[in-house]
Amino acid sequence: MADLASKLPLSPAPITPEQLEQGSSLWSDAWARLRKNKLALGSLFMFILIGLFCVVGPWLSPYDSQAQNLFAGAEGPSADHWFGTDTLGRDLMVRVMEGGRISLLVGLVATSVSLLIGVVYGATAGYIGGKVDAGMMRFVDLLYALPFTIFVILLMVAFGRSLWLMFVAIGCVEWLTMARIVRAGVIDLKKQEFVEAAVSLGLSNRRIILRHLIPNVLGPVIVIATLTVPAVMLLEAFLSFLGLGVQPPNASWGVLINEGQQNMEIFAWLLIFPAFFFALTLFCLNFLGDGLRDALDPKSAGD
Amino acid sequence: MMISNATRIVRLALSTMFCSLLLACGGPTEADQAAQDGILLVGNGSEPKGLDPHLVTGVPESSLLRALMEGLVAPDADDDLAPAPGVAESWESNDDFTVWTFNLRDTQWTNGDPVLASDFVYSWQRILSPALGAEYAEMLYVIRNADDFHQGRTENFSQVGVRAIDDRTLEVTLEGPTPHFLGMLMHTSFLPVNPRAVEEHGGMTDRQSGWSTRENYVGNGPFQLKEWVTNQVIEVERNPAYWDAATVQLNGIRFYPIDNVGTEEAMFRDGRLHLTNTVSPDKIPSFQSEMPDRLRIEPYLGSYFYRINTTRPPFDDVRVRRALALAIDKQLLVDRVTQGGQTPATGFTPSGIDGYPASDAVQFDVAEAQRLLAEAGYPGGQGFPNAEILINTNEGHRKIAQALQAMWQSTLGINVGIYNQEWKVYLDSQSNLDYDISRAGWIGDYVHPTSFLDIFTSGNGNNDTGWANPQYDALIGRARVAQSEDERMDLLQQAEAILLEEMPIVPIYWYTRVYLKDPRVQGWEPKLLDNHPYKHVSLRVD
Amino acid sequence: MVKFIGLRLLQGAIVLLAIYAVTFFLVAMTPGSPFSSERAIRPEILAQIEAFYGYDKPALERFWLSLVNMLQGEFGPSAVYANRSVTDIIGEAFPVSLQLGGMALVIALLLGIPAGIIAAVKRNTWLDYLPMSLAMAGICLPSFVMGPMLALLFGIILRLLPVAGWFGPEYWILPAGTLGLVYAAYFARLTRGGMLEMLNQDWVRTARAKGVPERQIIFKHCLKGGLIPAITFLGPALAGIISGSFVVETIFQVPGLGQWFVRGALNRDDFLILGLTLLFAALIVVMNLLVDIAQVALNPRLKHG
Repeated sequence: MADLASKLPLSPAPITPEQLEQGSSLWSDAWARLRKNKLALGSLFMFILIGLFCVVGPWLSPYDSQAQNLFAGAEGPSADHWFGTDTLGRDLMVRVMEGGRISLLVGLVATSVSLLIGVVYGATAGYIGGKVDAGMMRFVDLLYALPFTIFVILLMVAFGRSLWLMFVAIGCVEWLTMARIVRAGVIDLKKQEFVEAAVSLGLSNRRIILRHLIPNVLGPVIVIATLTVPAVMLLEAFLSFLGLGVQPPNASWGVLINEGQQNMEIFAWLLIFPAFFFALTLFCLNFLGDGLRDALDPKSAGD
Repeated sequence: MMISNATRIVRLALSTMFCSLLLACGGPTEADQAAQDGILLVGNGSEPKGLDPHLVTGVPESSLLRALMEGLVAPDADDDLAPAPGVAESWESNDDFTVWTFNLRDTQWTNGDPVLASDFVYSWQRILSPALGAEYAEMLYVIRNADDFHQGRTENFSQVGVRAIDDRTLEVTLEGPTPHFLGMLMHTSFLPVNPRAVEEHGGMTDRQSGWSTRENYVGNGPFQLKEWVTNQVIEVERNPAYWDAATVQLNGIRFYPIDNVGTEEAMFRDGRLHLTNTVSPDKIPSFQSEMPDRLRIEPYLGSYFYRINTTRPPFDDVRVRRALALAIDKQLLVDRVTQGGQTPATGFTPSGIDGYPASDAVQFDVAEAQRLLAEAGYPGGQGFPNAEILINTNEGHRKIAQALQAMWQSTLGINVGIYNQEWKVYLDSQSNLDYDISRAGWIGDYVHPTSFLDIFTSGNGNNDTGWANPQYDALIGRARVAQSEDERMDLLQQAEAILLEEMPIVPIYWYTRVYLKDPRVQGWEPKLLDNHPYKHVSLRVD
Repeated sequence: MVKFIGLRLLQGAIVLLAIYAVTFFLVAMTPGSPFSSERAIRPEILAQIEAFYGYDKPALERFWLSLVNMLQGEFGPSAVYANRSVTDIIGEAFPVSLQLGGMALVIALLLGIPAGIIAAVKRNTWLDYLPMSLAMAGICLPSFVMGPMLALLFGIILRLLPVAGWFGPEYWILPAGTLGLVYAAYFARLTRGGMLEMLNQDWVRTARAKGVPERQIIFKHCLKGGLIPAITFLGPALAGIISGSFVVETIFQVPGLGQWFVRGALNRDDFLILGLTLLFAALIVVMNLLVDIAQVALNPRLKHG
């Protein structure tokens, strides 16, 4: 991947304070653009609904996600069990809710880890520049060339017992793109005349950092973060397919989907409900990410 | 005009689709065609790790070896105890079953060499050579001084109790009286290999010797290797030089290495297999109602159980171990979770072995379990420390563990966790006693209780529970040299009673083989060891 | 250009060496061993097996030996599959993955790029939302759901295609389609983004004002630049797609490399893991180089510094 910075056109025109201050309206502009994007807005709304369903739902449900009833195994949706029951007779609705908690948490934890490493690493590389930058980025290239599957499986085999370690491990793998984006952003900013102009115009450091530096890096970072969450959730689902996912009796959406997939003809509901929520969430996050990208950075909507 | 055009296109498309549907439905499936051609299509689990009988350990490999190789005796079509003649056309033993003499028939290897008595001597020396590192060499410890040679105490193989009297006579001297020796001989570890082929490709003790590749394979079984495409198919064809070629009815067999049970089932339903390796447990009830003529559920000589680490508190207390074993409703488990017609295990050695009625010592008894746990200091589960069930990664094991977890929670009030490890890591944890409770399974190598009870003697490499009991060891030792089979069985029963009193294990169920079978497959009878001889199998043509 | 390629190849060689070292020690530190067996093996026998594969030596010495062997093109034997060298395994499986991946890639490009172009041109209308939603379905449903559903529909219900195996053209459709759908979604999104960037440029507005036909603007002026993000992604996508997909290969019983990646790691088949890692890394390095060259060709504005 070539440096993103080199693709962005530099603005040669002289800058007035008014123009500079327009940068401060980036967020309100972005919001205005986002509001026009019905799909992104709907996605945001839907994502919040799903989040509420998963977080609040289990407290409202009369069922315990781990209470088995072997005599009521794998029964279709009914008035008692709206989503039906699984093969061990557990209420599927509450399992989908709690699975959502785990899947979303997993997505957020791994993304936060990748965010933390990526931003610090990328900013350092971009800010220092020169040989340090080159060395740090070659290291990123190196990690890119590691086959992900083998790497994750070995990590899982080594740390298999702890959910948290596992997702810290995934976060450790997912930070590469983040680091590249942040580095490109920082280098871009260093070159921008408006930063120097802002300094010479006597704007305070605080104002420069808050209104110019942070928004400019934050935009792409938010976009990448929004897209990392679904990527991590898919990865978790893949690990569930291998049987390496969350440990029972807990279950993530990935685990539930994998269980459902195996019996999709006879117990269709075991696949449909978790897959629906999983797909819908990924759908929302992806569209939200695209929408944010369009809104925050209308000129460079590319990856 | 526009509309009628569109309609015409749609109609055309639909009729094309319909025709192709008809064609697809009406035409013969691959299984139909193969049945015509006398080719059996078998789902065979996973890609075989090799075809060298002395180095392989798995079920898919032994299934292939039954087609490609033949030992002194061969499995019978439906009798689990009495073997059929193989390379040996007859045999006799002395009165106390310690010296066996085999008379070999005039038969040959696929490279044209005759199968000689000395080939067996060579083969058994090969598997017992320490440098080969054969995982199953200990099966041959039944032969006199085999352990000395294998453990390097002697390098002189002539001290080991196997001797070629002439080209067609083999004499085997055993460590002790072993009436069930013929049953053991059916195991893959006793199969012969062709000495010339082995010597030409690296020699006796080369683990990577190339004799067992597709190009170089030399066998003596009813079928010979025709094609082997990795992860795709292994095809064998009728071996014209086989001594009993007239009995062989199939022209060939295609073994498909299919790991994924869903894929295998789809292939069966799509008419691409005559036999599957297994069936997903959750689907058994629906197969039972939809295709009862295809679903097969047969007893299988194996025991599913949990090992308990007796070196770790609180499991060093026999009352805790007994409480765990008595508190689970195994009938409910097999009815609602495993669903494959398994028998709830009331002992360790499975039922079905002639002359050895299975123990009924371990029943479902909640009151007794609760009493024992309270006596051990954990009334109602109070104060019971955190413990975990170790399983190897597998959907079925995971489900059983969850059911047992819930049962222990509701009957004993104790909370145990579940964690899974990958196969190799799980094996290491288990043998290093790095677990609390560990799921396990044991399949008999031959139809005799010693194949099960031997593993719990102290220091046995497969014990893995830290449990040792001198009385148990003594009984097993006495059974080994017992003069009559009745006496032996009696001693073994006493030993098993001790095992079930001390409970280093929680017996769960006795296995069944559950699979799908095309009704056209003939001569495929239930076998306790699942060792169906392919030479008696045929395909009915409708 | 020659200097540029030479420099990149040199960098690539260093990356490969580093990856080899990282993987070797990662594998060495992972618990379990390729020789763990269900039946207990006597310690002295286990020692014999370990000696046979060179595991009796300390890790550093093993690393050095394997490195020397590898530089001579010798990847060693599989520690789990008898009589098979890592070279054999890769040699058998790689062409299959190459074929599957190639077909999947064609499907992905044929579906993804037009969808992305339409979506960008008709931004924020239903012609944007609909193809993007369809494309997104490829990302949002895990392939282990998509695969069995397609097999059920086309194989068992409609009886049009075989459900598993790799024996001829009719067997290729379902796995290549499933794998292609996943990548189509990514290409669609990237193309849409790239096209939007181009369409938003000032000269496009000028051209429109001058009455240049929309078709000409899109295909003649914007397409080349708009495809850059998709082409950038082509590198990693190609490497990923031709090194196989475990899920698709498992579900459709395709004898490709993907199964070996997972099986190697789960079996702790150390030499195989090393060989596959190296192959994958080499693919990435080469693909990225090709992509860089393609980018320069598409966009002479880009200078490599």
